[in-house]
Amino acid sequence: MTIVTRSNKPRPVYRPSMDLVPEVLAGNTLSISRMISRAEAGYAEASDALAEIYKHTGKAHIIGITGVPGAGKSTLVSSLIKALTADGHKVGVIAIDPSSPFSGGAILGDRVRMNDAAEATRAFVRSMATRGHLGGLARSTFQAVDVLDAAGYSPIIIETVGVGQDEVEIVTAAHTVVVLSAPGLGDDIQAIKAGILEIADVHAVSKADKPEAAATVSALQGMMALGPVRDNSAWNTPVLSVSSYSGERIQDLKDAIDRHWEHLKESQELAERQHNICRARVLGTAKHLFQQKFDQGIDGFDEQLQAVMHRNADPSVAALALLGWENERQGQ
Amino acid sequence: MNMNMTTKDGEAAIAKTEAATPPTIRVLVAKLGLDGHDRGAKVVARILRDAGMEVIYTGLYKTPLQVVNAAIQEDVDVIGVSLLSGSHVPLFRELGRCIREQNADHIAIVAGGVIPEQDYASLMDCGVDVIIPQEARADLIVSTIRDMIAARGRI
Repeated sequence: MTIVTRSNKPRPVYRPSMDLVPEVLAGNTLSISRMISRAEAGYAEASDALAEIYKHTGKAHIIGITGVPGAGKSTLVSSLIKALTADGHKVGVIAIDPSSPFSGGAILGDRVRMNDAAEATRAFVRSMATRGHLGGLARSTFQAVDVLDAAGYSPIIIETVGVGQDEVEIVTAAHTVVVLSAPGLGDDIQAIKAGILEIADVHAVSKADKPEAAATVSALQGMMALGPVRDNSAWNTPVLSVSSYSGERIQDLKDAIDRHWEHLKESQELAERQHNICRARVLGTAKHLFQQKFDQGIDGFDEQLQAVMHRNADPSVAALALLGWENERQGQ
Repeated sequence: MNMNMTTKDGEAAIAKTEAATPPTIRVLVAKLGLDGHDRGAKVVARILRDAGMEVIYTGLYKTPLQVVNAAIQEDVDVIGVSLLSGSHVPLFRELGRCIREQNADHIAIVAGGVIPEQDYASLMDCGVDVIIPQEARADLIVSTIRDMIAARGRI
C-alpha cells in the first residue's frame, strides 16, 4: 500500500489583505485567522491592511499569563475562558509555545488543555510559535492581539511560553499580568529574587488541591509584605491559590483581574501602561528592522570584521563605524 | 465570502508575499471520536515538527465540528486525523460536511491509522485528500504534505 492522493482538489484564490479588513472588523473567523497568519509571515502585502486594522484597536483589556513550564498556564486559561464567556465576554487567546532552534518546527500543545474552549463560539484561541524570538512572546504577538482587538474581542489573554526567571517581555504587552507559580518548586529565597515575580499584578499559585500550595502562597505573601514593587501605585498585588482541576477560586482570580482593570482605568496607570506598550512596540520593531538590514548585508561590514579580527579596531569602534556614529563614542 | 476580486489583484498581491520568509506549514493533528490511541498521532506530530512544520495537537475525543473550528482559528494548511477505531467512514463524512459548511475546504484533510483499502473510495468522496497507510515512510509523509501545499500556492 502506498500513500494515495486525491488530485481534483480545487485551488483556492489569494485574496488581497485589504479585502479582508472589513470582514475582520465584522468578526469573520476565517478572515481574522488568515490576517494573523499573514502578519506572522511578514507579507509586505499585508502591511497596509494591518495599519488600517491598528486604527480600530485600543479597546480590549489585555491580560498576560506567565509562569514556569508545567505551572498550569494552559489549563488555567481554559478555566478562565469558561468563566469569562459565561459572563458574556468574547474572549481572545494567543497561546505561545517555543519553536525548535534546529528545524524551526514546533509542537503547539496548548489546545490540548483547552477542551472546554474548543467548541465555544465566543472564544478565539490561536497558538503561535516563537519562531526564534526570545523573551516569552512571539514577534508578531502584538499584531495578532491587534487583529483580535479590532474584531471586538475583549479581554484578550496572552499565554507566554513557559518562562524562567528573567523573561519579562509580557509586562510591555499586557495591561494586567498574572504570574502563575507552581507549588513545591522553591523556597522563600526564590520569592525575593528580582525578575519575573516582580512583574505580577496578580499572583496565582496553581494546583491548590496539592498540600504544598499553602507554603508557596505564604512565601509569596511574605515577599509582598516587604513592600510594594512599584512605589507609585496604590494597587496591592493579591496572592491567590487556584485549582483548575476542582475549579476552586477561579472566580476569585477573574474578580482580581477585573479589579485590576478597574484600578488602571480609575488611576493614571492605564495611560502609563498604554504608553509603555506603544514604546516597546516601536522600539522592538525598529530593532528588528535594524537587525534585518544587518542580516541582509551592509556596506563595509567585511572590512570592519577584518579590522576587529586583526585587532586594528575593537568591536564597539567597528559597530559605531558601521552605523556612521564614529563621533558619538562615549568615554569608555 | 467576498468574491469580487479580479484575478489581477490577486496576482499582484501574491507577488508581494514572495520576499518574505518561506511559508511555515501548519498542521492540526487530531483524534476523532471514541479512539484513545494517540501514540501514532504523536509520532507523526514529532516527524512533522522535525521537518520544520508547526503542529497543533488537539488531544483526544474530539468531535468533527470541534476539529474544524480549531483548524479555522489556527489557520492550518492541513488537518491530519489518525483513526484506529473502525468508525472512519462516518467520522470523515461528518468532518468533510463541517469543513464545507464553514467555507474552509481550502484546508486539506489527511487520513491515517487503520484504514482498509476497500474504504479508500468512500473516504475520498467524503473530502479526504490524502490517505496515509500505517507502514508509510516518515520522509514520504513529509514530502507528500510539502508537495501538496506547494502545488496549492499562497492563500
